[in-house]
Amino acid sequence: MVGPSSSHTAGACRLGLLARNLVGGTPERALIELHGSFARTGEGHGTDKAIAGGLMGFRTDDDRIRVALDIAERDGLKFTFEKVKLGEENEVHPNTVRIAVERGDRKHLMLGSSLGAGRVLVSEIDGFPVQVHGNHHTIVLVAEDVKGSIARVAGLLADDGINIATLRVTRKHVGGDAFMVIEVDEAPTEAVRDHIRALPWVRWTHRLDKVSS
Amino acid sequence: MYTSLQSAIAAAESESKPLSQIALEAESRDLGRSIAEIRDALGRALTVMRRAVEQGLVGDLKSASGLVGGDAAKVSASVAGPFAGSPFKDVLARALAVQEVNAAMGVIVAAPTAGGAGVLPAVLTGLAAARGIGDEKLIDALATAGLIGAVVAERASLSGAEGGCQAETGAAAGMAAGAATEMLGGTPRQVGHAVALAQQGTLGLVCDPLGGLVELPCVFRNATGAALALAAVEMALAGVEFAIPADEVIDTMGEIGRTMDVRYRETAGGGLAATPTGRRLARERLVQIKKGG
Repeated sequence: MVGPSSSHTAGACRLGLLARNLVGGTPERALIELHGSFARTGEGHGTDKAIAGGLMGFRTDDDRIRVALDIAERDGLKFTFEKVKLGEENEVHPNTVRIAVERGDRKHLMLGSSLGAGRVLVSEIDGFPVQVHGNHHTIVLVAEDVKGSIARVAGLLADDGINIATLRVTRKHVGGDAFMVIEVDEAPTEAVRDHIRALPWVRWTHRLDKVSS
Repeated sequence: MYTSLQSAIAAAESESKPLSQIALEAESRDLGRSIAEIRDALGRALTVMRRAVEQGLVGDLKSASGLVGGDAAKVSASVAGPFAGSPFKDVLARALAVQEVNAAMGVIVAAPTAGGAGVLPAVLTGLAAARGIGDEKLIDALATAGLIGAVVAERASLSGAEGGCQAETGAAAGMAAGAATEMLGGTPRQVGHAVALAQQGTLGLVCDPLGGLVELPCVFRNATGAALALAAVEMALAGVEFAIPADEVIDTMGEIGRTMDVRYRETAGGGLAATPTGRRLARERLVQIKKGG
């Protein structure tokens, strides 16, 4: 990895990489809101450069991270950084960032934290509570509570040659929306995402490539 | 992956294998990758570690704030101290070197973190150079270090923000001590004692970097962490046994970390960061960084 901090640099880069997935490539615009220690010591740690690098698809050991802000400017990308307070000190992890990304007509919002030693946790996407660590390729989706929905999604993934590693389904109440977090062994393509999105009872879905090495 | 060193040591003893082999087999099972692939990945990590050591020893790097840099070269060239010409001094210089590269946003291997990245490469490559040990043994040692680090992550923490510096350079010292003990011919049991001996010496160590930057004292904590690791290796290979098992020492580190005041967990609110000089330097240097150097 590029130094100097596994939480403030490598973890930040991974959060940028995860946010990039939401719009299927490098966002043209991004609003990056830094909270806590990310806001206080981010500049000295290159947190801004690392997130920008991640958004552009640079991995944690890519030494272009050092000049990521210059590259973003050269490429005409509008990355804006702000220091914010996303909640009370004991409620929000000290290294937390909210990233709003836009690319073409896609516009999404992610909340994530860097937990130390480069480990990350995405806790919210578009307001939905998710728990994505980026150790696996992951698909998140919200579906209407219809019978056989899990089987359909599993079948669809199998048809695309993708093996499910773990599957978590939660539902607030009978007939309410089901929320699925599916960790898979093979990287799902944008086409796989499109197949899932095409299911009439799927309200919302994203694919996130793994970011651990 | 193992969640206790004791269970890994027991497996190594009952199968008459070194801990590195136990670690590689567990990693292979968990990831569904062959041992050869994992060794390749560790070999790439070793290459990055060596490059960082070499880069840092040149001595021309400056950190983001300009607070650290150039000391690795100073130690490397010095003949003034009592350890001139010894592997001990070489290991110190290497630890400073990697951490100076890290502070300058160079490429390093987080081992287990960036803030503690100097200890493991310094101890392993320094001792390997002194003893003429080849890469295959070094790769084995990295596997053992990984096992130790995973146990620490599971039982305690590998984050200064969660557990203080004892969770970063302290964990790194435990990993380096255990790995080097195996590399120099120690038994799995001796590896366990080396981890305990190294980490007992870092219990309570706070994370108090000036301005919250991974620079000062981090660069020097890596050198002193490496020194502690060498002390532990020396004792463990001599047959010294530490009465509290490594797992319990690691648990203690976690317990101390959880109750450590937030000022001492990477917030720059206490310790050296809060000294009059620490505050003044941080203020001056952070203004510099915002101006763009």
